[in-house]
Amino acid sequence: MPKQQANWSPYDNNGGSCVAVAGADYCVIAADTRMSTGYIILTRDYSKICKLADKCVMASSGFQADVKALQKHLAARHLIYQHQHSKQMSCPAMAQLLSNTLYYKRFFPYYSFNVLGGLDNEGKGCVFTYDAVGSYEKVGYSSQGSGSTLIMPFLDNQLKSPSPLLLPVQDAVTPLAEAEAVDLVKTVFASASERDIYTGDKLEIVVINADGIRREYMDLRKD
Amino acid sequence: MNFMASKQPENSLLGPESDSQRTLYPYVTGTSVVALKYKDGILMAADMGGSYGSTLRYKNVERMKAIGKHSLLGASGEISDFQEILRYLDELILYDNMWDDGNSLGPKEVHNYLTRVMYNRRNKFNPLWNSLVLGGIKNGQKYLGTVSMIGVNFEDNHVATGFGNHLARPILRQEWHENLSFEDGVRLLEKCMRVLLYRDRSAINKLQIAKITEEGMTISQPYSLKTYWEFSAFENPTQGAVGSW
Repeated sequence: MPKQQANWSPYDNNGGSCVAVAGADYCVIAADTRMSTGYIILTRDYSKICKLADKCVMASSGFQADVKALQKHLAARHLIYQHQHSKQMSCPAMAQLLSNTLYYKRFFPYYSFNVLGGLDNEGKGCVFTYDAVGSYEKVGYSSQGSGSTLIMPFLDNQLKSPSPLLLPVQDAVTPLAEAEAVDLVKTVFASASERDIYTGDKLEIVVINADGIRREYMDLRKD
Repeated sequence: MNFMASKQPENSLLGPESDSQRTLYPYVTGTSVVALKYKDGILMAADMGGSYGSTLRYKNVERMKAIGKHSLLGASGEISDFQEILRYLDELILYDNMWDDGNSLGPKEVHNYLTRVMYNRRNKFNPLWNSLVLGGIKNGQKYLGTVSMIGVNFEDNHVATGFGNHLARPILRQEWHENLSFEDGVRLLEKCMRVLLYRDRSAINKLQIAKITEEGMTISQPYSLKTYWEFSAFENPTQGAVGSW
């Protein structure tokens, strides 16, 4: 009898979109709360956002079981870091850790598409964007997940990102005020929900600034 | 004398012996489990069928079991894997009791444990072929969650496995509300199970409904639902589409 091939896949895509926007003294991280599989909605109320450190928040979409495992792994590593260094990990430090963690499973990847957002040691907003195997880059804003193809061009247009090829290197951190950035994120998700079937139900927005972390919710289309 | 040389598999990274140990497909399976939160705790329903492909081999399979003092586990998928999971949980609860410290594992903890077990088996490419529903109540906090064979997990006010996701969840989304009474909860579950009975080929008309509250777990005696087959749509199903089936 010829060798049987597996007829199950260890991966699934549970859908959803994530966005992060960095400002001069704040960072906005947002994701929808829909979890799906194929054409079924599993739940309308699932958070894709995880607080990794005091000033560092991650939003991830993709295969939920891998996302959960990744979040647990990073939280555990952060705890060890705090024991060893008596301080919280900075956002850039966590960014490197996330990249290394993802690449560690280069040959059986975490099917997780991440955006990391927070404040760096000077209190300036920073956003890092990743692919599933850990290649990352510091940017002014980013989106990942099923709606990213719809969201990213709109962000490019509204936030007028300077070309990364220009010299001297220009910062892509937006000059927008915090309230304007939050409004932009809401608009972006409302639009993505219209055309992306995997994005919708509810939007969860996390804002990090000097005062701490604040959470906000907005209803999205349920169809 | 000439013996046929044994064929080497194309990818012999691990050799044939270890591959024969991995789950390829399920053999004896249970169909949907449906569960919801109600005023006093969790209500869960599952039929008692164990199918062997298209044969209805076993008609007295209890697919819902109490776990510790606070939880109720329902499973669909491979029955032998469900029995294996019950063995793991037996040990987990035993060790928890042996601490004898007045603390006991609640449904959230058991759900987390199950998620880790399912995910780790998926990582080793040898899954436990089940979709699990874990419900319970501890210190007034109701909990209802689910975990799939590849480790996807979440909690919600109502959950279902397999066909239940297609047929029962829409009904529950329409009709579930907070603080359902016991009677209303049972009525709602029966409505879902009836639809599954009509439309799921592997469903049988012999079900149990389990309830878990602060007082403990009770599971009903097996019973059957009243069905009606005289709907005009059933009488002449192809009336609107001649040549169809």
